[in-house]
Parts: sequence; C-alpha cells; structure tokens
Amino acid sequence: MFLSKLREALICLKAGRVTLDYPLAPQEPKPGFRGKITIDADLCFGCGGCANVCPANVIVLSDTEQHRRTIEFYWRRCTYCGRCEEVCPEKAIRLSQQFETATNDPQDMYMRLEVFMGPCQRCGRCFPPPTALDRMMNTGFREGPRGGRA
Amino acid sequence: MLRALCRKAFCKALWVYHANTGACNGCDIEVINVLTPYYDAERFGIKLVGSPRHADVLLISGPVTRQVTPALKRLVEAVPNPKLTFAIGSCATGGGCWFDTYNVQGGADSVIPVDFYIPGCPPRPEAILYGVALALGLVPKKVAEEKLRQETLEELAQGKCVINRESSKTAL
Repeated sequence: MFLSKLREALICLKAGRVTLDYPLAPQEPKPGFRGKITIDADLCFGCGGCANVCPANVIVLSDTEQHRRTIEFYWRRCTYCGRCEEVCPEKAIRLSQQFETATNDPQDMYMRLEVFMGPCQRCGRCFPPPTALDRMMNTGFREGPRGGRA
Repeated sequence: MLRALCRKAFCKALWVYHANTGACNGCDIEVINVLTPYYDAERFGIKLVGSPRHADVLLISGPVTRQVTPALKRLVEAVPNPKLTFAIGSCATGGGCWFDTYNVQGGADSVIPVDFYIPGCPPRPEAILYGVALALGLVPKKVAEEKLRQETLEELAQGKCVINRESSKTAL
C-alpha cells in the first residue's frame, strides 16, 4: 500500500514536460497531412478536372479571353479532401504541408492562375491541347529565356 | 490613458468564448485540444469562459445557419468592447461545402464582423494557436493573395516572362 503510493509519487516526479513550444518554435506536420493548395503554374494545362470534382466549388473556371482560361481558387472554403490532387493528370495541384494559414484579410485566401490555352477554330472556345506533344508545348517543354524544363 | 492601459492588458489575458454556429463538432474538438496540457493555451493567458459577458474573444466554428443567426448577433452584442472575433474552420471562414445552401448564410463574416480567419477542415490545434499568436503579434502572417500567369508564346518569343514560378514564390 505504502510502496504503491511511493511509486506513484515517483512516477509523478519523472513525468517531465509534454507542452509543445509551438508558436515560438516551428513544428512540422506528419507526412500525409493535407494543407493549403499549391499549384505549379508551368504544369497546369487547364483541363478543369479539379473544378469538376471539387465538392466545395473552390475552383472556378472562366474563359476570359480567346487564349486565356482563368482558374480561381477561393480556398477559404476548401475542405482539404485532396480530390483535386488525385484527378490532376499533370500533378500540378498539390496539397502542401502548410497549415499556418490564419489571416486577418479574407482576400489573402484567394489564388488565381491564368492558363494559356488553344482556342477552337470554329467556336472560339478554349480547349486543352489535344495531343501529348501540344500539351508539352504548353506546360513547360518550351524554348525561352529560362529554357525548357527537363 | 485608460484606453492605452486596456490595450496593453488586452493581449495579456484573452478570455475566449466558443460558439458553435452549426459546425460538425470537428473544429470544436480541435479548440478543446488547444486547451489540453499538450498545447496549453493557458500559458498565453487564454482561458475558456462560460459566458459571453466575461469574454474578450469570440471563437466561431461552423457555417452560420439561418436558425442560429439572431442568436449569434445577440451573442456578439453581449461581448464587451474591445473584442476580437475568430472564425475557426473552413465553414466559419467561407461557408465550407455549404456556402450556397438554402439554410446557411455563408461564412461568419456575412453576419458579423470577423477579425481573424483560421481556415482548415478542421484546423490543426497548432493552426489555431498560430492564429491567436498572429492576433497577439507574436508571429508574422504567412499567406498572401497569389496571382499566377502562364506566358503566351508571343511573350516567350519576345523574351519577357511576366510572372513565373520563381517570382510567384518570392511574392510570398
């Protein structure tokens, strides 16, 4: 009886400290955590698959000009389900590990990407490049001042 | 002078009142997590109180349903000035999946003024702590509005890449 009480007291002495230093020291989430959406502007070719599957309509497509498709991300209402990452054929959308997204300005929770598209010769609408070669032309395998992506 | 004293004392002890305005309970569980010894928000003077009249800070979780709207308005009036309002979770920041349904008003900012937004579904306890630390001025803000653009073939031929991956990363 007495010994068990003593043992419990010793356990309490040995317990140590569990509190994290979090806001003062950085902390990484575990791998597999789904955080804020990031998009690779060079890889996206504007197929709109992410906008089709998004349950919260975070991703909105609009064809602004003949050669431009604007993809808007209102990620303030994103539920971080990861469907857009699953369906993206070029792996342009990724859910990053960033969770520190608190802000005081709602406009900060907005992202926009303008994609260069090919317009249809008959109807004038934007469409994603039909062949893989055309897609490569639009998504980074191009010659320019920065060179093509390997 | 009294106002300056109030402002100085305000960031030392934030008493929070937590209001569920139609949340799925996920964000509420994370708010409770913040108060556990593991995250220990009480070391910053953050304390959960049972009445809005005792509170300085209002934590709102969940999309604001039509049913709870008048109660939420009365709740905000009951909190004495100066006060801060936090919208916790994707539902309170923007309405979540229910942003356009018939019985939901949208995010909390469509009904009451909101000072800080903490997105996440649910936000990690660290994210909530980060939001509170942001309000107290302990940490810098890490998100910004992003506008990315792919350059056209003509622009590439002229050699002016307007905004590219590298510049969009430095904008943050």
